[in-house]
Amino acid sequence: MLENTDKLDALIQKYQGKDGILIPLLQEAQELYGHLNKELMLYLSARTEIPAAEIFGVATFYSMFKLKAQGRHVIKVCKGTACHVSDVDSIKLALMEQLKLAPGEDTTPDMRFTLVEVACLGCCSLAPVIMIDDKTYGKLAPEDIVGILAKYT
Amino acid sequence: MQAITVKVGLASCGIAAGADNVYRRLESYLLESSKMVQLKRTGCIGMCFEEPIVEFDGGDLGRVTLGKVDPKDITRLLDEYLSGHLSETHLILADKHEAKHNDLMGAQTRIVLKNCGVIDPQSIDEYEQSGGYQALKQVLEMRPYTVIDIVRGSGLRGRGGAGFPTGLKWGFVFDQPGPKKYVICNADEGDPGAFMDRSVLEGDPHRIIEGMLIGAYAMGADEGYIYCRAEYPLAIKHLRIAIQAATERNYLGSNILGTDFSFTLHIKEGAGAFVCGEETALMHSIEGMRGMPTLRPPYPAESGLWGKPTNINNVETWANIPWIILNGPQAFRAIGTQQSPGTKVFALAGKVAGSGLIEVPMGITIRDIIYKVGGGIKDGKNFKAIQLGGPSGGCIPAELLDTTVDYDSINATGAIMGSGGMVVMDEDTCMVDVAKYFLHFTQSESCGKCTYCRIGTRRMLEILERISSGKGEIEDIDRLQKLAENINHGSLCGLGQSAPNPVLTTLRYFRHEYEAHIVDKKCPTQVCVDLLTFSIDETKCKGCHVCALRCPVKCITGKRKQPHVIDPAVCIKCGSCFNSCRFDAVVKA
Repeated sequence: MLENTDKLDALIQKYQGKDGILIPLLQEAQELYGHLNKELMLYLSARTEIPAAEIFGVATFYSMFKLKAQGRHVIKVCKGTACHVSDVDSIKLALMEQLKLAPGEDTTPDMRFTLVEVACLGCCSLAPVIMIDDKTYGKLAPEDIVGILAKYT
Repeated sequence: MQAITVKVGLASCGIAAGADNVYRRLESYLLESSKMVQLKRTGCIGMCFEEPIVEFDGGDLGRVTLGKVDPKDITRLLDEYLSGHLSETHLILADKHEAKHNDLMGAQTRIVLKNCGVIDPQSIDEYEQSGGYQALKQVLEMRPYTVIDIVRGSGLRGRGGAGFPTGLKWGFVFDQPGPKKYVICNADEGDPGAFMDRSVLEGDPHRIIEGMLIGAYAMGADEGYIYCRAEYPLAIKHLRIAIQAATERNYLGSNILGTDFSFTLHIKEGAGAFVCGEETALMHSIEGMRGMPTLRPPYPAESGLWGKPTNINNVETWANIPWIILNGPQAFRAIGTQQSPGTKVFALAGKVAGSGLIEVPMGITIRDIIYKVGGGIKDGKNFKAIQLGGPSGGCIPAELLDTTVDYDSINATGAIMGSGGMVVMDEDTCMVDVAKYFLHFTQSESCGKCTYCRIGTRRMLEILERISSGKGEIEDIDRLQKLAENINHGSLCGLGQSAPNPVLTTLRYFRHEYEAHIVDKKCPTQVCVDLLTFSIDETKCKGCHVCALRCPVKCITGKRKQPHVIDPAVCIKCGSCFNSCRFDAVVKA
């Protein structure tokens, strides 16, 4: 059962009856709960009368929506062209090795980190680049990773 | 004496390089001291490779720009400037004397970026002082159709990539019956390696708002949307501040500046889907749905957002409008070429020495962009290709370096102008790997609606993966070409139609690299890991054991001070031994 729905109800109230609300509603709901799970989506569907299938369809279409819980810190590995030609893959390998993530896994069991690839962070002159939460690290070499990760608990 | 000003470039890339620390250090220093210095924030100065960047002005030395400024040095540099004896270590630009990058800036023509890195993007006063909102005031005294005539006369073509004449597009919306019409700014800049729109939105947001206001007045729209990537938080913040300030001064809202014209502007944040850069997908996303393209016609001009006539232009197109109104269509036509007037903003990145944001007149050669504006190739390597237009574009090889930058000449090479991403590749770049990289991108961003785009790109990607892992057959080249043709014909929107371009252009200009992977089972640039082998040259190995310690899979064995050996059956080809050997004893082949 979904708990602490006061803020969520206020959010639904704010958007109720307006056009094109689904994406901003889901964005703000995700901010409240960290991710969009099935319960949350069914709750939104019941309150807004938007079919659950439509909500699920939108939530799975856009990469920003997360259906699983995320780690406390999100590491974004830039997969832009400039980063690719600057061998960002070696940075990603170093990250996966340090975080002990197998291919296909993205979150550490202790929920400390989630590792994701993003299209382009737009800091191409600093390639290869990663971003942890809202801090950008550029001109990286695989050896830098251990020191950077140590800053986060 | 003129007041001394200090400006710190605080766009996203500056902040990523540590410019906010420089700003904070200056702020506390100026608070403690009684120096008469005005500290200002500004947007992207364009020379991203020199970030963090600080500009001093008003002293005896005139305007000077410093690059790679460390927070530790900034107060000393300021004191030096104030005393009139500035050391040259950080100097990159200067008005009054020689500086190392004066030439790079000299080769540019700035219309869209005129205010970027000059004014404080959070200050409407500074935008007004630079001539801002004057074009709107002029337009409000014209008949709407006169405005469209001016834009048509300028020859401006859509800067999002396709190059459709803007004035013509505006005319279509003008001809539609009202009363409800929309204008949209497409700021869903999704091409990897492109950050032009972000820099303009962050550095000069009022220019976009003014451009949209002029368009809305001309076409009879009373509501507009800026659809911006959510990955650009600073751009969204600056836009919100700008909209608020413009509303307070009645540039936005009801009865603008005492006329009958009213206009409301909203910001819509994207949620991470590359296909939403396509105009019909973008409108569906604003409507709150999955951003999947729909068949045109009807074009948005007839039936767009919520079924109403809608005009969509990209950030850079809108940003050109105020300048065209103020300076007239002839002045715009005087820049660039006959068929492609004006300038183009590019995000220059990759293996180029001077990566950053540049604005050049159309008609300039690619050679001049790389060598005059970009300062040549990094680390003295050789140029191999330039990638234009992101995943929809293509690679232009060295023998076509003298191609001029205009829509038609670029299209003739098989690449496209695109929105302005320009990634330079050197001799170390594998072209099969580049094609695979872009295919991987389009394959995962395909919305899935059209079969050819959804499945065809996957099949192409599989073939490329086969080739780069040494399992390719010579027939694969024909298969790629056939699939490319079918995907192009069988897809509804630009994403699918252009998805094969990176493969087609690399096949056209670098076929020998494909053949080397397929026939010789070798990657000429040693990028494709599966085709590499690592071994140790026993005549060079000193037995220092460093590689064995670094090896993540412990496949290197040997006694100290004796040659070591790599077990190829266990080796994962990560390259850490190659990178850590101080005696060049590890052989990569």
